[in-house]
Amino acid sequence: MTTTVPTTTASPAPASRRFGLSRAGLYALLVVAALFFLLPIYLLIATALKSPDAINLATTWQWPRALNWASFAEAWAKIGGNVGNSLFLAIVATLISAMMGSLNGYALSKWKFRGANILFALMLFGMFIPYQAVLIPLFQFVRSIGWESFVIPGFNITVPEFTLYGSIWALILAHVVYGLPITTLIFRNYYAEVPDALVEAATIDGAGFWSIYRQVIFPLSVPGFVVVIIWQFTQVWNEFLFAATLTNTSSQPVTYALSQLAGGQAVSWNLPMAGAILAALPTLLVYILLGRYFVRGLLAGSVKG
Amino acid sequence: MKGLSRDRLWSIAVLLPSILLLAVFVYGFIARTVYVSLTDWGNDPAQALALDPIIRWVGLANYQELFTGFLQGRFRQELVNTIFFTLFFILGCLGLGLGLALVLDRNPRGEGLWRTIFLFPMSLSFIVTGTIWRWMLQPQGGVNQFPNAVGLPAGQFSWLSSTDAVWKFDWNALPLITASVVGLVLILLAVRAARAGDRTRAIVSGLCAALLLGWALFIGPNVRLLPAPELHGFNLALIGIIIAAVWQMSGYTMALYLAGLRGIPEELREAAKVDGASDFGMYRHVIFPLLAPITLSAMIILGHISLKIFDLVYAMTGPDNTYTSVPALNMYLTSFRQNQFALGAAIGTILLILVAFVIVPYLTSSFRGEEGHA
Repeated sequence: MTTTVPTTTASPAPASRRFGLSRAGLYALLVVAALFFLLPIYLLIATALKSPDAINLATTWQWPRALNWASFAEAWAKIGGNVGNSLFLAIVATLISAMMGSLNGYALSKWKFRGANILFALMLFGMFIPYQAVLIPLFQFVRSIGWESFVIPGFNITVPEFTLYGSIWALILAHVVYGLPITTLIFRNYYAEVPDALVEAATIDGAGFWSIYRQVIFPLSVPGFVVVIIWQFTQVWNEFLFAATLTNTSSQPVTYALSQLAGGQAVSWNLPMAGAILAALPTLLVYILLGRYFVRGLLAGSVKG
Repeated sequence: MKGLSRDRLWSIAVLLPSILLLAVFVYGFIARTVYVSLTDWGNDPAQALALDPIIRWVGLANYQELFTGFLQGRFRQELVNTIFFTLFFILGCLGLGLGLALVLDRNPRGEGLWRTIFLFPMSLSFIVTGTIWRWMLQPQGGVNQFPNAVGLPAGQFSWLSSTDAVWKFDWNALPLITASVVGLVLILLAVRAARAGDRTRAIVSGLCAALLLGWALFIGPNVRLLPAPELHGFNLALIGIIIAAVWQMSGYTMALYLAGLRGIPEELREAAKVDGASDFGMYRHVIFPLLAPITLSAMIILGHISLKIFDLVYAMTGPDNTYTSVPALNMYLTSFRQNQFALGAAIGTILLILVAFVIVPYLTSSFRGEEGHA
């Protein structure tokens, strides 16, 4: 990750920076571009706040005369449970894959062994594959895991019945495994910037693999974790293919629920729009509050940048 | 660091779970998918979901079916859709992203805010984007009402439901077209190699080109993949989906280009100006060449995203619109709605091959370079 990340504080403009384009033209371009990005959002909010009978193709662009907040309540009733599923899924999968990625990155960057780079490249390939190419065996695998309830002899503990297929744990498993390449990548590149001298000094002091991780690497990792957690959370929250194939109605995440809500032809449009806002809000908030780290994860995804 | 074998063992022990998981879930499952694609699992609906299905080895029959079978015209149109989608999606993202980055590089007031506006769609899911843009592109509303704002009659284009296509070609001509295009590219390479004085390379590419073009000239026209002509082209309904995809992803290229522009030292620009370069000349000869590696990375990342795209199409035109469908969507429907697992696995394998063409050279070159530095 040798890319220089654009920082929020712009470097002071050299006074002599005057090109052919006038300043006014520059701002005109910016406004046109901003309209392209923001008009869909205006329409999204305006439609979500209309009552069903006020939605009419001819008046699409008008701001609603009377605000109808009931759309959100109605949308929440339909997909609120799925928002909960997504939240649980995204948090658990993100934490597990971030932790594993951190350890992998540490091992790969500070304890380099012969073939470490080839191994890492082979791991990275998993980040780019179309999941369609593993979906059928994954589906079979998930369907094959499960057990009837049984008692562990001698301990008198009853293990409840479990089926992986349709449970949220199937999705967590998929997201952890296929998230490992990117989390490992980000941490490996992040730790590459930590001077080897720090690790060497600690080895001279007699510290081993784990104590170096605990005392040197982990305390330095906070920005790395922020980037990975934001990135992974967004990815898991927004994912659709696994959501559509490995779940049943009780464990469906919000992307799938939204696609069902919006897919029906008879639905009045305020409902899917309100649903879209609910589904977008968590990742959008993360982006607006922690945008800088989000961009860093984004750039890290292009391997070298 | 000799004699630290215990720590070294720990480092391998830490990596082991991930290695095993990826070995099974990536490479093992890919192998399994390829195997399934060579069987007839699911071609007989009674066997598809049987507990102990009878599965027979059929070799490449599923692939043959996809490329030449009477029933699989949808898949062939999807392949064509993917190619056009990828082309315009990449062009759109690169163009808009570069434009925005160049504008932002001139340090307008409130730069952070502008950047936030251009990048926020990246944080949304394709399902959300698709839902919003489906509403934007309704035939009588949304975008089609823009001309009203300046007093013109509303647009008539039926964005997502259009069934018109342009640039149609007969699927039978595909080997011919492929051979000709590859042949021409090889000629170009040969000429370039000859100019650079690389004789072996020039001769090899030249011979390959001659072979391909000769085939295209004498044998190609008689090759028939299908019994009857089958026309495929660029379906206009894809335009709306491409716009939505560019809306979502162009912020990414903007961020990449902006990072690249910020990395160009000010002295270089000053030096170009001192040498009397015009603004245009400076961009043409100094800045754009420096951005070329970024363009390549962006093309690879966007290219593999666009080959895999599935949720955006699903959200915008639903699963059953064959005019906008893509192989990734077809794979999902074939496997999980029709339970034709073998055919679905074949589509998945084809997708993987397409993506691998883009990604493997990229990973190889990334790591060969790095190995050299280490």
